[in-house]
Amino acid sequence: MFRPLFALLRRDLVLALRRPQDALTVVGFFVVVVALFPLGIGPDPEFLRRLAPGVLWVAALLAVMLSLERLFSDDYRDGTLEQMLLVPQPLGLLVLTKVFAHWLITGLPLVLISPLLAVQLNLQADEIVMLMLALLLGTPILSLIGAIGAALTLGLRGGGVLIALLILPLYAPPLILGAGAVDAVMHGASAQAHLSLLGAMMVFALFATPWATAAAVRIMLD
Amino acid sequence: MADREFRAVDLAAERGDRRLFEHLDFTLSPGQLLQVSGRNGCGKTSLLRILSGLSRPAAGQVYWGDEPVQSIDGGTGSCLGYLGHPNALKEDLTAEENILIAGGLAGGRPSHEAVLSMLASLGLAGYEDLPVRFLSQGQKRRVALARLLLQAKPLLILDEPYAALDVQVIDVLRSAIEAHLSRKGMIVITTHQVVDIDGDCHNLRLG
Repeated sequence: MFRPLFALLRRDLVLALRRPQDALTVVGFFVVVVALFPLGIGPDPEFLRRLAPGVLWVAALLAVMLSLERLFSDDYRDGTLEQMLLVPQPLGLLVLTKVFAHWLITGLPLVLISPLLAVQLNLQADEIVMLMLALLLGTPILSLIGAIGAALTLGLRGGGVLIALLILPLYAPPLILGAGAVDAVMHGASAQAHLSLLGAMMVFALFATPWATAAAVRIMLD
Repeated sequence: MADREFRAVDLAAERGDRRLFEHLDFTLSPGQLLQVSGRNGCGKTSLLRILSGLSRPAAGQVYWGDEPVQSIDGGTGSCLGYLGHPNALKEDLTAEENILIAGGLAGGRPSHEAVLSMLASLGLAGYEDLPVRFLSQGQKRRVALARLLLQAKPLLILDEPYAALDVQVIDVLRSAIEAHLSRKGMIVITTHQVVDIDGDCHNLRLG
């Protein structure tokens, strides 16, 4: 049962490696957006530190959104998505595998590079650890929810903008909890509640969204 | 190979508000080929997509044996292979990788030698290690056919398999089709060319 999923995961990772610019654009976007903020609002370190959690989180979710359009559209165009519907495996599991690959290619690099940007915004060590932890729990949610939007806009013109309109409102809860967790540490409080809720949300998204995405793919390919 | 009949009962398809066809019935037994013909836009591709379970019919039902195709364990892909207009190849992967990955997705593990000999029989020897984007349209079609033939499904649904193929490969494909029929496989095919195939062939005219 796991061999087909493994084959799919491997395929998506190999494709990403053969075309690294796709993944690098997302990271580049994240870095540039965050780097622009100090230029816009001035170099006061204390002020930057207060803004940092929100800035980093908003930049991360915009970067993830930027990459969503390509999640299914390449497979849709060349017909491999159609063949995927004929694979004798539950479509939800195949979708989940694709989303996992998407997270490895886009979400994980964001988590890994975030400490560097956090230092730039004057976050302290314990806040940076919390930021990474929150992003580690939060970016999979972004990929999972975003997949629904990517599937619903398959084959539509101007799909990228439509994804933003569909998905950004749904990104509010992870944004609030994720940025809130770092804020809590900054003010000396416990971030336990934020992280627990974020974790619960990830587990829920892990179970619920692949089926919604699979249904959307089926409808769009009908 | 196949031990069941493939039946369509009272099928109808719509595109927008237009009825493409209705009250379509046929039965395909193991070893038979059904050629679907008709002018452009009469619903050949729609019919093939319905038969393969990718689209839902406006009315009617498709059966694999006594089971409706939607309720087959593992989906329609476990009994049929479908080749549509797009070749479903990844441009950045080589021909061999494309076939191996498709095989892996289907749950099998096609051997390296089997893939090479299938590619060679379709005239692609020497092109195995080239990314597919460097191949011509006809060569891509051949890779897609090689992938389909290697999966060895009892029922093959082929939408214009001859498109962009040159004469020699048409011959190879014809003998592959005949071999599939003689192994008690079933085939549903649309084509504009007249290709005479030895075997139990039936014709279905739409529109």
